[in-house]
Amino acid sequence: MKNFLNYLWQRLLTFFVVLFIGISVLFLLPRLMPSDPIDNYLQRLQGSAGQALTGEQVAEIRKALGEMYGIQGSLIDQYFGYLKRVFVSHDFGPSLAAYPKPVSELINLALPWTFGLMLVSTITAWLLGNLVGLVAGFFHNRKFATVLETLGILIYPIPYYIFAFVLIIFFAFLIPAFPLTFVVMPGPVTFQKIVDIIYNSFLPALTLILVNFGWNVLGMKSLAYSTKEEGYVLYARLKGVKPRRIMYNYVARNAILPQITSLALSLGSIFGGALITEMLFSYPGIGMLMRSAISNGDYNLLYGTITITIVAVAISTLAIDLLYPLFDPRIRHR
Amino acid sequence: MKINNRLKIGIVIVGLFVLGGFILPIFCTVDPSLQGSYMDYAPVSWEHLLGTDALGRDIGWYLVFSIRNSLILGVTVAICTTAIALVVGLSAGFSGGRYDRVMMMINDSFIVIPAFPILIILNSLVKGHASQGAIIAILVLFGWAWSSRTIRSIALSVREREFINMAWFSGCSRPKIIFREVFPHVFSYAVVGFINSILWAINTEASLAVLGLSSVERPTLGAIVYWANTYSAVITEHYIWIGAPILATVLIFLGLFLTSTGYNQYFAERRGHS
Repeated sequence: MKNFLNYLWQRLLTFFVVLFIGISVLFLLPRLMPSDPIDNYLQRLQGSAGQALTGEQVAEIRKALGEMYGIQGSLIDQYFGYLKRVFVSHDFGPSLAAYPKPVSELINLALPWTFGLMLVSTITAWLLGNLVGLVAGFFHNRKFATVLETLGILIYPIPYYIFAFVLIIFFAFLIPAFPLTFVVMPGPVTFQKIVDIIYNSFLPALTLILVNFGWNVLGMKSLAYSTKEEGYVLYARLKGVKPRRIMYNYVARNAILPQITSLALSLGSIFGGALITEMLFSYPGIGMLMRSAISNGDYNLLYGTITITIVAVAISTLAIDLLYPLFDPRIRHR
Repeated sequence: MKINNRLKIGIVIVGLFVLGGFILPIFCTVDPSLQGSYMDYAPVSWEHLLGTDALGRDIGWYLVFSIRNSLILGVTVAICTTAIALVVGLSAGFSGGRYDRVMMMINDSFIVIPAFPILIILNSLVKGHASQGAIIAILVLFGWAWSSRTIRSIALSVREREFINMAWFSGCSRPKIIFREVFPHVFSYAVVGFINSILWAINTEASLAVLGLSSVERPTLGAIVYWANTYSAVITEHYIWIGAPILATVLIFLGLFLTSTGYNQYFAERRGHS
């Protein structure tokens, strides 16, 4: 039990360090920039308004924006103001493009989409990849193991956007079976709508699954291969345990542990990939929101979405790490 | 010592790209990023091996410059990240104790924080004209942590070996032990980390460029896909425009990845023999 509390304490500490570093970088970045985001925004506003705003109006907008971004007071004051807005009031101000809708409302609408896509594709890719990797590592002498590993090698280093484009070309012209952009009508949740959502999410999900699949195959293959050489596996084999049982109960059980840690660690890059994929397929999640924020110069929305990304990744990583003792009884006992 | 096939194929692919990317531009007479140099959508010919794009740029030359620029970016980032990873990983692994725990906590945080959204912020703050230096700086800031983690775990295990005690008792100083005794064991992992960093940096920058979030005037592997996508090369059936950079990207990543895993394997075998 003491062991577990120790583990818990360490993980919680890491969680806060992640949040602290992430949020601090976000806070400092615009302040290190040579150009002022408010100036940028005002320029854009004047450009799109078609006529020059009067000096008085500009000063007024500048003051309002300054308050919103918390650019008044000393750097320390600004920092605490920022932390308070992120963690206490969850207030990122109104969206500048969809004024006066608050940013948090837009994020709340988009978050379940991203969450659903990530959850389904990450779990599918993780389970499939580890299963294939396990088989490839356990039977590493067989021909099919080499084929499976080569598949992993071919898939793993390829970026998300390449997969997205290849799938787009493939499904747009050769087999027009799935829609290339996401179109689901709003309305009550019916069976038909659920089918629609799955049908429309297929290609973005497939992109994510493919990339993460390669990663998991390679990781698990080398882990299974080295676990197989352990003394306890040899002992089991000499004892006459069936190979299938050795694979699942002896090798997989041990080799899966680093894969859980590695999933927690790579969640940040998986999330980044999900954002790219969403943007390319117009999937209505956080990534899409980010993209429209960029094209509209909507800094509030951009900061809101990016802050929420970092918080979401930190929480998911923590969740995986807290589930870890379920798979590794050595942490609970001892 | 036999060099395995993976390493061979990887080195050949990467070598071809490096040679092509750095030698061919010498023979190029027209700046490939200049729009309207040639006729729009010129077909494939001797003059334009891959044809020209919607803005009258030679696709072949543009691709060559893209490969060169992407490689330069990747190698620059990889040099910096590997240097940081070595300093952090060696010191944390070799010192152990509280310093190690604190450093690893910071290290894991940098692994977990997604770099991609932060690069998006950077680029949108300067309206898509982020200097190469700023992009490199952010990539370095978020790129060192993976290899530092590996280097630290190797250093941690080397620390317990007998010859380190021997060095202590012979009166070696700490820096000397770290560089003369621990570093050689970490070297091969640092090389693998270096190659993976190149791959990661090119990938991240290209992903930004594809979405038009990096400065797409400078040819990179992402920028060329961005232009093709913006002018709907898929729908207007200009397959070479989008296909050539995709093929080049896949090959370059495959080459780098094969080199890194092949080198890893090569070294593992050598360790086994010695």
